[in-house]
Amino acid sequence: MSYQTLLDAVIKGDIKTATEETLKAVDAGENAQDILDQGLIEAMNVVGDKFSKGAMFVPQMLRSAKTMQECVEALKPHFQGNAMKTKGKIVIGTVKGDLHDIGKNLVRMMLEGAGFSTIDLGVDVAPEVFVDKIKEAKADVLGMSALLSTTMPSMTKTIKALVDSGLRDTVKVIVGGAPVTRKYAEDIGADSYAPDAGSAVLEAKKLLNIS
Amino acid sequence: MLIVGENINTSRRRIAEAVEKQDAEFIVQAAKNQADAGADFIDVNAGTFVDRETEYLCWLVKTVQDAVDLPLCLDSPSPEALSEAIKHHRGEPMINSISLEEDRFQGLLPVLTSQPCKVVALCMAQTSMPTTTDERVAVAAELIEKLTNAGVALEDIYVDPLVQPVSVDVNMGNAVLEAIQRIMETFPGVHTICGLSNISYGLPLRKLVNRNFLALATARGLSAAILDPTDKRLMATLLSTRMILGKDEYCGDFIDAYQSGIINKD
Repeated sequence: MSYQTLLDAVIKGDIKTATEETLKAVDAGENAQDILDQGLIEAMNVVGDKFSKGAMFVPQMLRSAKTMQECVEALKPHFQGNAMKTKGKIVIGTVKGDLHDIGKNLVRMMLEGAGFSTIDLGVDVAPEVFVDKIKEAKADVLGMSALLSTTMPSMTKTIKALVDSGLRDTVKVIVGGAPVTRKYAEDIGADSYAPDAGSAVLEAKKLLNIS
Repeated sequence: MLIVGENINTSRRRIAEAVEKQDAEFIVQAAKNQADAGADFIDVNAGTFVDRETEYLCWLVKTVQDAVDLPLCLDSPSPEALSEAIKHHRGEPMINSISLEEDRFQGLLPVLTSQPCKVVALCMAQTSMPTTTDERVAVAAELIEKLTNAGVALEDIYVDPLVQPVSVDVNMGNAVLEAIQRIMETFPGVHTICGLSNISYGLPLRKLVNRNFLALATARGLSAAILDPTDKRLMATLLSTRMILGKDEYCGDFIDAYQSGIINKD
């Protein structure tokens, strides 16, 4: 079955058409996981790509993410037996001392749109809080955000706390935020740097070897 | 409207290169261009150099003030960098910025009270960023109270109401505009200041959005702005807005700017 109408509706952020198309596909006997993967997640891939290229803007991305969320809600009751497959667990947060959350929220939304499950620890997250949650959730990826030059060292401290607790090898680390650079990411021993929400998805996939 | 020229910021690639190479000539030119365009203060920010911020900020202060006879806006979230930079400053600087965040407030307070200066009071609460007008005004009130209790004159406080992008929440524009008006009305004598670019984050045609935001904020009583004074279209917006609001006697500033080529028909 072609999901083109569904794809277009999610990309456009047309909630009504998108949820209708989702349920139509269910009624037609399509597998819920297929609808999610080939319809909704595929649409968000397009959105992320266009956003990274400057062909889509933040409000459009938010609208698409909201549309996808509604579709996922409509789809949930139709997953038989197994729960929705997740591409991986990502713990995300803004580092200690930093209260900025706009960029971090956009990244979380796009990660969810791409089929990852996320645990958002919010802002001002201390290294030990990151570490505890990563351990508890057996997270695959840690995403850290910092918007101030003064709070960037919190990223280093968190990575050190991961090393000290023996978890560093179990989790990939992606960092981002306005003052953060690729070089800084390398210097502090992060696995990857993402300059925007679309790239965060690509980097997470790359680190987890997901096509 | 007090204008703080924002161009000497190491988040801009050319500036970062000049700072790293200690290219004084390039920095001086950037300062002079802004002074000629009507800046009242020159902002200096070396925040992207995490480990060397203090050293570079001090160098910027000396370099700019050697060439331009204007006070500077010392721009950093770090109390350490600010307390060093202020030692090299001649005259009365503007400190950008203090907020209610505990480390930042306690760290910077001794600097503010040790010598005459103006201070930008950023409406950032201790544990969160305000989103509504009420939240902004509440944080502003607390900042003003704490600062004046510590001996800072109300007239030296420039409240930054925290501009946030309309792209993530369409109410953000109204929230900050309303906050500017309420802060100016509630605390007569205090100033309000803001940057413009946050409003247009995530949108196309950002300069257009920034210009219109400046006009609207000016109409609500904004008394200072951190902007690029060499942007002629932006300055034309500012000058014409002030004139329309009756703040430009005989339309003198507007016409002078036109006749001296600071603004033109483009």
